[in-house]
Amino acid sequence: MTVATIFIDNAPREVNPKQNLLHVCLSLGYDLPYFCWHPALGSVGACRQCAVKQFRNEQDATGKIVMACMTPAAEGTRISIADPEVVAFRAGVIQGLMQNHPHDCPVCDEGGECHLQDMTVMTGHRQRVYSFGKRTFRNQYLGPLVNHEMNRCIQCQRCVRFYREYAGGHDLNAFHLRDSIFYGRHEDGVLESEFSGNLVEICPTGVFTDATLKHHYSRKWDLQMAPSICVHCGLGCNITAGERYGTLRRVVNRYNHEVNGYFLCDRGRFGYEFVESSLRIRHPLVDGKPATRSEALERFGAVLRKGAVIGVGSPRASLESNFALRALAGPDHFFAGVPDEESRLISAMVRILRDGPARSPSLDEVEHSDAVFVLGEDLTNVAPIMALRLRQSVRQAPMRLAAGLHIPEWLDHAVRETVQDAKGPLFIASPYATKLDDIATATYHASPDDLARLGFAIAHAIDATAPEVIALSPELETMAAKIAAALRGAQHPLVVAGASCRNRGVIEAAGQIAWALCKVGSPASLSFTMPECNSFGLALMEAPPLSEALRTVRSEPVSTLIVLENDLFRRAPANEVTSLLRGVQHLIVLDHLGNPTTDAAELVLPAGTFAESDGTLVNNEGRAQRFFQVLNPSTDVQESWRWLHEVSVAAGSKSMERWEDLDDLTATIAKEIAAFGALPKVAPPRSAVGKIAREPSRYSGRTAMLANISVHEPRPPQDPDSSLAFSMESGPGPVPSSLIPFFWAPGWNSVQAVNKFQSEIGGALRGGDPGVRLIEPSRESVWQYFSAIPPAFKSRSGEWLLIPVFHIFGSEELSRHAQGISQLLPRPYLALNPAEASLVGAKAGGRIKILIEDSQFELEIMLRADLPRGVAGLPAGLPPFDGIQLPLFCKLASVGTEFSARGVL
Amino acid sequence: MPTLVSHPDEVKIISRRFGAGAADIEKYLELDGYKAVQMAIEKGAEWVINEMKISGLRGRGGAGFPTGLKWSFVPKQSEKPKYVLVNGDESEPGTCKDHVIFLHDPHSVIEGTMIAGLAIGAKMGFIYLRGEYRYLLKVVEKAVADAYAKGFLGKNIFGKEGVDFDIVTQTGAGAYEVGEESALMESLEGKRGVPRIKPPFPAVVGLYGGPTVINNAETIASAPHILLMGGEAYAKVGSERNGGTRLFGISGHVERPGVYELPMGYNLKKAIYEVAGGVKGGRKLKAVVPGGSSCPVLKADELDVGLDFDQMGKAGTMLGSGGIVVLDETVSIVEFALRTIKFYQHESCGWCIPCREGTDWLKKTLTRFYNGYGNKKDIANIQYLAENMMGRTFCPLGDAAAMPTLGFIKKFREEFEEYLEGHRTEKALITTEEMIGAAH
Repeated sequence: MTVATIFIDNAPREVNPKQNLLHVCLSLGYDLPYFCWHPALGSVGACRQCAVKQFRNEQDATGKIVMACMTPAAEGTRISIADPEVVAFRAGVIQGLMQNHPHDCPVCDEGGECHLQDMTVMTGHRQRVYSFGKRTFRNQYLGPLVNHEMNRCIQCQRCVRFYREYAGGHDLNAFHLRDSIFYGRHEDGVLESEFSGNLVEICPTGVFTDATLKHHYSRKWDLQMAPSICVHCGLGCNITAGERYGTLRRVVNRYNHEVNGYFLCDRGRFGYEFVESSLRIRHPLVDGKPATRSEALERFGAVLRKGAVIGVGSPRASLESNFALRALAGPDHFFAGVPDEESRLISAMVRILRDGPARSPSLDEVEHSDAVFVLGEDLTNVAPIMALRLRQSVRQAPMRLAAGLHIPEWLDHAVRETVQDAKGPLFIASPYATKLDDIATATYHASPDDLARLGFAIAHAIDATAPEVIALSPELETMAAKIAAALRGAQHPLVVAGASCRNRGVIEAAGQIAWALCKVGSPASLSFTMPECNSFGLALMEAPPLSEALRTVRSEPVSTLIVLENDLFRRAPANEVTSLLRGVQHLIVLDHLGNPTTDAAELVLPAGTFAESDGTLVNNEGRAQRFFQVLNPSTDVQESWRWLHEVSVAAGSKSMERWEDLDDLTATIAKEIAAFGALPKVAPPRSAVGKIAREPSRYSGRTAMLANISVHEPRPPQDPDSSLAFSMESGPGPVPSSLIPFFWAPGWNSVQAVNKFQSEIGGALRGGDPGVRLIEPSRESVWQYFSAIPPAFKSRSGEWLLIPVFHIFGSEELSRHAQGISQLLPRPYLALNPAEASLVGAKAGGRIKILIEDSQFELEIMLRADLPRGVAGLPAGLPPFDGIQLPLFCKLASVGTEFSARGVL
Repeated sequence: MPTLVSHPDEVKIISRRFGAGAADIEKYLELDGYKAVQMAIEKGAEWVINEMKISGLRGRGGAGFPTGLKWSFVPKQSEKPKYVLVNGDESEPGTCKDHVIFLHDPHSVIEGTMIAGLAIGAKMGFIYLRGEYRYLLKVVEKAVADAYAKGFLGKNIFGKEGVDFDIVTQTGAGAYEVGEESALMESLEGKRGVPRIKPPFPAVVGLYGGPTVINNAETIASAPHILLMGGEAYAKVGSERNGGTRLFGISGHVERPGVYELPMGYNLKKAIYEVAGGVKGGRKLKAVVPGGSSCPVLKADELDVGLDFDQMGKAGTMLGSGGIVVLDETVSIVEFALRTIKFYQHESCGWCIPCREGTDWLKKTLTRFYNGYGNKKDIANIQYLAENMMGRTFCPLGDAAAMPTLGFIKKFREEFEEYLEGHRTEKALITTEEMIGAAH
């Protein structure tokens, strides 16, 4: 990076000349107030708050007031932040903002973490001169997740800039003009964007606040907080979880430059409410009845002594818990709790990334890709933040046009005016239309096999030595050539795929394209989405799939099945699960929400959710990231691995005796499984770092909050697993990035305090972003092209290929039980192309009968013209279909008719 | 239709076809119409730009930027299409000159647009009329249609192979702010009418991201006349570095209000007392707002000044948009200041804080002041608020509101102080209720 020297109040400072003055001043640690600017959104110069005085040269004593955010940090620039005239101007701007801002801080949810409060204090405006009435607005109902209070608005434009320009939403806009600009929807209603929750953090004051937090409100300063990882998809976004009075109150974004940056999706932000769901298991259950801890441990021990044990792990449980079960049952008797096909697909993805030359990119690298091909994925619903990142990636190529005109990247609206609607290459091939299609260069909607064929054809078009696709239509040939050319012509091409289609060809085709690009010398990246938060980590354990468990039960004398944080009825058809459960005498389940599997168990142990546990998850990039306990459970809830350790020690097993704490456990895992060699580096061991307070120094009521129970202040709970303390007291020294419990700095109470934790604004956290990559591409060229290209899809007479249709709210197991999100779930439906619906006499909004294997259902019909012929869609993960392993062929009939042997046609 | 006025001192260049029925294309052709553009096609872009530079024509929208120079800034090569944009969003209070051009000589705007297009290598022009001029759209659209019918617009215009030019007309939705050139482009693109940051200037990144020349309608309409008479001859009509003539709309308390075409540099006092017939009813003149409501006011003893960009600047005000508003002794300056700020408050687009909140606060303070509840601190606060806007807002609307306000306080401070003593003028220009009511 080139460095420029600028003078700030006559002090020479070295800065990044590619940036603006506000950016470099903040990076240097100056407190310069701002509103409309945001590191992810760039500068628009609307609020006039970051004014500084610029001087022509050393002799210039007059200077001129300029906006720091709009002025490049060019070599030799001389500015003053402290000049009295500009100080007065900045105070004047705040005065203008406060003109209409209500004095409702004490009753405002934002109070105590409000950027407007911080900036007001920073500029020194404290005396109200304005003596007229304030303007008022009518607030809107925006759904169960985001609350609207327009009177607080300071019209900084950030909300619409994020919602519309950054996140591609349509239903939030600015209305009217002058001092009565209104930000809202054209009418009351649920915000349509999957990223609406970010308004809570983007808004510098309390216009948009977390509606879920309102149900159990607490000030930021009263929250006990810990760094955590989102468990609602495979991307591993970093979150900060907050606790008060023993309950989980909210989740906010935890900045990680490489992963989620500044934003979370709504599933990630609001899914946390499942932790307080009425389905929570908080005490052991023996034979369906609440039991004490010792009764449960006794039963567990007794069962263990009766005979052989097999364990079924889970892609939503931590590496540590999975490993503990693996250790208890033995590696030969530990099975990945995922359906066979999914297990094979995930293993294939891991192998492609490990054995081939294409690297899995971080989400930041995804954003900086300049040509992208998405194969078979509905990213907005499966890996939402990746979709948000791709929305920015299409700006990369056109941005060069602005660069050519010497318009800096941060001058946001100038760049957008230059670029207009131009978008870089993004091609989407998916079974049905996705929300990202609106920014795609071209889209192709077809059955999974046909998608795979397009992928293989692209690979062949890139590198002729890759196998050719036989009998490809001329249109697809042209499309493949076009996509191949775009990818080849890019500096950072990216291929995205995943297991959503449940089709091996799709995954191999994606790998084939990336490999072909690598072979012709292009630095291609290959990103696979993962179905769940630890799918990748579980795959690295290389445990056999679920059907192997059934086979083992049938072939060996197995007395006990231990299921770890897994509802088997979601993993396989009910009859298969039932036959597995019947094959053993004892079923022990460790989980946190009640489900059909826990219902069937002899013994249920209350497992900790992410909020009550420490552990490690591996995201889709292959990045291992640690999450830390924020709730100190007063009940029997604890990490699954701790339960298993306790049981094992009680049963006299030596294998786990040495695990006193998390650090012991991760060290053991690193030693035993080569793929996890770097696990201890994911976060510094407890011994290496001093005490880090989970509670802010302004935490209130510490001595009083439980005084109604006992006036004696209890000893703070001890955390044996990390340096994080359930306390307000911290040791000296900097906090490692992976252990930052909350972003707070003197004068910066809002989430924007993250400025003070970054090496450069918008860049990596000081000391490096959290997480350790466990997988790198092979340096040896031992890989070979895949040659198994599926034949073209042929629709069957009277039968439809049923594929999963993903929903951000509904398809994921845990977030469905969050109170806010549960109001936004789709109703079960069957999606069908209107041209085919008439064949079975179905009309939009009507009902239809469906025969899946041996079961019949009656369902609402949804007409989707984007669905390919011969293909029907079923919402993924939604009861009662969550156990059915799609895709499979089904028969359809109109209500009132019967299914014939040959179907109804 | 307003009656046309006339005075012997006028030099009729732009207005020479006014009243002659030149909205009709045949009449326009009869009166040398579409000759200049054909000359331009023949002699080429460089010649056009050179003539424009020699003519000394400066932007008639108010900023006074040399037109020829502006045209020469447009890059010759461009990946994106180039555009000519005619700013017909004439919305500065007191200004009514473009209106008469559109009404009486719409083809001169069309021809000027084509000339500008040839000069910069654009094949498309837009004529943007203010929302309140919707009724003029009929006139302009008919003129455009007639030009198409004659083969003057479209492909291979005037039978010249490969010479294409298209014109599209559009009206605003009634916001003052879109008279600012970059906000106008946003509006034309179908977005909210808020200003853009400069640089990049429109010549580099303009409409739809393409290099764009945006000129005031009068500026554009001057171009054919300049080519016909020659840049040098045009320049000679005006004063030093202020070539040609300009349409001045003289309104307020004068005997003969109207739009007059006077040479640049014409004496303001003469314009009021001779051309416009002096103050109405022989009353005493109190003040003059010389170039649209955003220009600082001149007192009666400051009128001996030439009407061009430089002389007016020296006099501490601006030539602006040429809308001269004459106020006689019956006018309360406080009330006039209130009325002025009320306009800018109403039209603030809301993009930036000093303007959005400042104009609102000013309006409320002046209203209270006018109602007799002002205090001494208010005068200082009005000054503070206006100074906080000067040069510090995102676009010139903040200046436009601050400049006249500061001018009123500076030159008529005693009148403001009179209000503190409880004195009020007897006769109000507008009722207080009118002013306070319907703020939103």
